[in-house]
Amino acid sequence: MTEAPSRSTRRQLLSRIGMVAGTAAMYQAMTRLGHAAGSDFTSPPNLSGGKGQSVVILGAGLAGMLAAYELRKAGYKVQILEYQNRSGGRNFTLRGGDRYTELGGGVIDVKFAAGNYVNPGPWRLPYHHHAILHYCREFGVALEPFQQFNMNTWLHSSTTFGGKPQRYRDYMSDFTGYTAELLSKAINQGKLDDPAGKEEREILLEAMRDWGALDRDYRYVKGLHASNRRGFDHEPGGGPDGAPTPSTPFSRDDVMKSGLWAWMAFHMNYEMQPTMFQPVGGMDMIGRGFARQVGDLVTHQAKVSKIAQDDHGVTVSWTDMAHGGATRTTKADFCVCTIPLSILTQMEVEVSDAMLAAIAAVPYASSVKLGLEFKRRFWEEDEAIYGGISFTDQGISQISYPSHGYFSKGPAVLLGGYMFGPAAYDFAGMTPEERVKHGLQQGAALHPQYLKEFSNGVGWAWSRVPWIEGCCGTWSEQARRDHYKTLTTMDRRIVLAGEHASYVGCWQEGALLSSISAVEQLHKRAQGAG
Amino acid sequence: MMGSRTMKATASMLAASALAAAGLLALALSPCPAWADAAANVTGAVPVMKDGAQVYQHVCQGCHMPDGKGAVGTATIPALAGNPKLASAGYPAQVIVHGYGGMPFFNGYLSDTQVADVVNYIRSHFGNNFTDKLTPDDVKPLRADAPVVEMP
Repeated sequence: MTEAPSRSTRRQLLSRIGMVAGTAAMYQAMTRLGHAAGSDFTSPPNLSGGKGQSVVILGAGLAGMLAAYELRKAGYKVQILEYQNRSGGRNFTLRGGDRYTELGGGVIDVKFAAGNYVNPGPWRLPYHHHAILHYCREFGVALEPFQQFNMNTWLHSSTTFGGKPQRYRDYMSDFTGYTAELLSKAINQGKLDDPAGKEEREILLEAMRDWGALDRDYRYVKGLHASNRRGFDHEPGGGPDGAPTPSTPFSRDDVMKSGLWAWMAFHMNYEMQPTMFQPVGGMDMIGRGFARQVGDLVTHQAKVSKIAQDDHGVTVSWTDMAHGGATRTTKADFCVCTIPLSILTQMEVEVSDAMLAAIAAVPYASSVKLGLEFKRRFWEEDEAIYGGISFTDQGISQISYPSHGYFSKGPAVLLGGYMFGPAAYDFAGMTPEERVKHGLQQGAALHPQYLKEFSNGVGWAWSRVPWIEGCCGTWSEQARRDHYKTLTTMDRRIVLAGEHASYVGCWQEGALLSSISAVEQLHKRAQGAG
Repeated sequence: MMGSRTMKATASMLAASALAAAGLLALALSPCPAWADAAANVTGAVPVMKDGAQVYQHVCQGCHMPDGKGAVGTATIPALAGNPKLASAGYPAQVIVHGYGGMPFFNGYLSDTQVADVVNYIRSHFGNNFTDKLTPDDVKPLRADAPVVEMP
């Protein structure tokens, strides 16, 4: 029995994959090894004693709206300039009747039935993202469970098990069972005598029998033990013929070589662990909740072109698109800028050279989501899948079933693809219609009902969204080391906020945490300068 | 467009059969929860890209557009068509490997050959007529200080 791979052997494995399977595999492997995106939020900022100084906030996403909420409460005179004709930023939801034109001219025409929706941006809230949960509670945003983990979903690999999707439950039972069997064998053959003492070996043996559903001889075999995990060929019933018949495990060879085990680790990640939540009715209920607090402070359709500052204040130049493109300037004592770095890096901003370098140092990830509406909930009716995620090695990467409206009749929307990295670049390069078409073709490998039951769909590519041109900040090791502190530290009268200015990147929690840091710095500065 | 999509499907299938054992490992490591909901995801199969045109189609045109004319939103995605900065092949190669502003870096994704292929492609298409070619060896030195996706 060899020991668990060390970091260096893992690197060797990765580099071997890099050699044999192309650098793309390497890239994917690298990007899965990220930060645990928890949250250090303990309580909202407690600012007081603002002396009526003015603050202009750029961007009415969650970061901007939270800054406005906290600063006004603390006694500042606040206004928000927002480029779009709506508030919420990436917190938004697509419903029937919505229509967007993406860069390149593709039209996203949403035809979902009334009540159905897809969240093209954020879509779930981990239980430990304390800040977003806190403000949902404070602003009266109703949350419901988001079904992240469902053992009856599918795992699909084009190259193993004959390309046939397997139930997560069956695979997990077999992987766990065979692993436990191997470890038990190693113990019983004395191969762990060296690293583990007698008592520990005995404990481990007992634990493996329990954990792996092994029989009395420490074997993982077809039988009631295993079927209590992976289910039965003939389910337990009533009456004379009610006796169950056990199901047959896959071969150990297939289980190990399939690589499907990687998708079990997915759910073990801190940020993916249940319980997760979603707002009732769509993610934009959170944005609306924030807008109920500070909507009166927002000027929409304001396209900022320049942010200047001197010893006396900040001057923001902007185009008033709601009034014939008039040029306007707004002066304030301070500025909280939440404009995405992908946009900010092309603007004229009067900050230090180090800050300018930081703004230019964070590229934006590409991400694509597909929302597909079907005439009925075949995943529930035919397959007993109620929420959760199926995984596939095809471009669409995953299919997520709605966590609401269970058992209802009529059309329903599922997330037919959610991509980052190479697959996202690929799908972003298609027209919105092609994205849906490819999503359908690929999804049909998991659900043959797809083509018959399909009604309509949308393909959303963040790199083609005119107001952000990307999904969220992608920090490199070097940029984090060289630029993070600068980016998140107030530059005279200007302070940045947004998910990009946090260690919880790409999550709404990061936007809120960075906003709290920004207003605290601003307040301190304002008090000192007062 | 449709023709090229078909080509992609074929390439993927070839990859699937040709890479048999290697493919298994690639799959095994493909789900990629990284930082956040963003990378906290699973990355599905990548099309095999055999030449510059395919790299362009599967990687670049999501932003620079199929016609190489870029786009203007709140920020500008530069056009490659008629872009004087392409006069030196080293410039686009540097930008691809290191990224530029909001544009991602492709170090860790595209190989030296793929970078050279796509540089040569964009410099000889979209109305561009540069004839000198970049080689994979020209790309290698750019890796030395190239950005790497953040790891714990």
